[in-house]
Amino acid sequence: MADMERRDALKLLGLMAATSTFSFACTAEETSTGSAAATPPDGTTRPTADYTKQFFTDHEMRTVRVMADLVIPADDRSGSASDARVPEFIDHVMTDELLGDPQPRQTAMRGGLAWVDYQCLQRFDALFADCSEAQQKELLDDIAWPDAAPDGMEAGVEFFNSFRNLVASGFFSSKMGVDDLGYIGNTYVSEWTGCPDDVRAT
Amino acid sequence: MLIDPARETGQLTLLTNAMVREVTTDAEGRATGVSYIDTRTRSEQKVQADIVILAASACESARLLLNSTSNQHPNGLANSSGVVGRYLMDSTGTTVAGILPQLMNDPDHNCDGVGGMHVYIPWWLHDQHDRLGFPRGYHFEIWGGRGMPGYGIMNNIHTYNDAFAGPDERPKGGGGYGPQLKEDYRRFYGSVVGLSGRGEMVAREDNYCEIDPDTVDQYGIPTLRFNVNWSDAELQQVRHMQETGREILRSMDAHVFGDMPTEEQDYGITMPGEIIHEAGTTRMGDDPRSSVLNSYCQAHDVDNLFVTDAGPLVSMPHKNPTWTIMALAMRASDYIIDQRNKGTL
Repeated sequence: MADMERRDALKLLGLMAATSTFSFACTAEETSTGSAAATPPDGTTRPTADYTKQFFTDHEMRTVRVMADLVIPADDRSGSASDARVPEFIDHVMTDELLGDPQPRQTAMRGGLAWVDYQCLQRFDALFADCSEAQQKELLDDIAWPDAAPDGMEAGVEFFNSFRNLVASGFFSSKMGVDDLGYIGNTYVSEWTGCPDDVRAT
Repeated sequence: MLIDPARETGQLTLLTNAMVREVTTDAEGRATGVSYIDTRTRSEQKVQADIVILAASACESARLLLNSTSNQHPNGLANSSGVVGRYLMDSTGTTVAGILPQLMNDPDHNCDGVGGMHVYIPWWLHDQHDRLGFPRGYHFEIWGGRGMPGYGIMNNIHTYNDAFAGPDERPKGGGGYGPQLKEDYRRFYGSVVGLSGRGEMVAREDNYCEIDPDTVDQYGIPTLRFNVNWSDAELQQVRHMQETGREILRSMDAHVFGDMPTEEQDYGITMPGEIIHEAGTTRMGDDPRSSVLNSYCQAHDVDNLFVTDAGPLVSMPHKNPTWTIMALAMRASDYIIDQRNKGTL
């Protein structure tokens, strides 16, 4: 049943947004072709502890770091995206052969970052990572809300939808993110006592 | 599951990494064993046998038979009926899902257990086909819960995080970033519930696999090509799944993902083969002109050849076919032992 659930979940993700440009194994087409390469065998992908950057230039990495921390900042419950090494995770996703042909997602990511930089140059005369936080948020406000985005921002919206997905995948699949969500499964349970009383009482 | 007890008899020799090319036959057309390629050394090998039992999965067993041509079996072994590869079935499938606000902001708890949401809905309208407009039935598998956060978790949250919005001010529609978004991931975690319908496809002769004359695999063995289409029976069934699943979710005040798939979208049905329940390609039957095997999974044309995967299935269970496969294989095994003891096989 677990395989079936995963397959359905992936399929559904494809139905929900068929246009995400560099999300992964989540288009109906990829899922329905059953491409073994579309998803790693265990459904996870992660850089090793001694991971060294494979894809991003130093500037791109800096941009990804700044933007990822705007997507998921630190708060009193957990750290930021970069605290959980999300930029390294994204770099790994860009090159991981287990996720299928890397060319389309590399182009979409690289192009999206360049689009962001060009927008910031036009508006603020500085690259995104060099802008003030207020300027960075001004740009994100134009691309982070698809239904409210001004005309002409479509490419940025598309990019940021996928970027948000990648940041969430990286952050919440890290130990920090798993702890943040309060996932406490996959442990030995000596006696099954059903759903805890306080859960359905809420 | 059954390999270990078979080994304990001391009568089993297990050959792995053996890709069978064809069933070999003698001048009379009876099976004499199989030829295979050792995939580690790429060397050609043969095994002699009194009885050959294929259980390579429905399509692969059909492929083997169709590739086993000889003077006695020009259309492939056990295929005088022309039925090998035909009546190919899969389960129908479609999925509906949504967010249940009752499950948002739950206390941390372990959702591991006996499958999805500990719920399964078997077919319940078996006596109401007059009004349904489609034959056969389906079931719902329910999934959801606070699963292990992994790759793709809460993907595309921007398509739904405006539902059940919190007290904060935000622009129209979903999306966002920062503290608001981080809190949204926490609020929605574990709140998605899905209903996956799986149903019975009607067996039809014109749904089939056949040898593709232009293509071989890496061992030089001709591969299959497929000609399978859903009929109105399956499409109307899946339409019913979609409508029912949406009704169930809405009745629980869910935010349902996506719109009802249209007729042009085939009501959201999976592609044939996607549920990976291939069956029916070597169907059993009493009439050798319209079936490949008899009721003991024994080939009509070749008495020492059996098929014991989902190929013998004449109709598709709406549940997963494994138990039916096992039951038929056990019946075939008893028959083989009985016939051997009588000296007739």
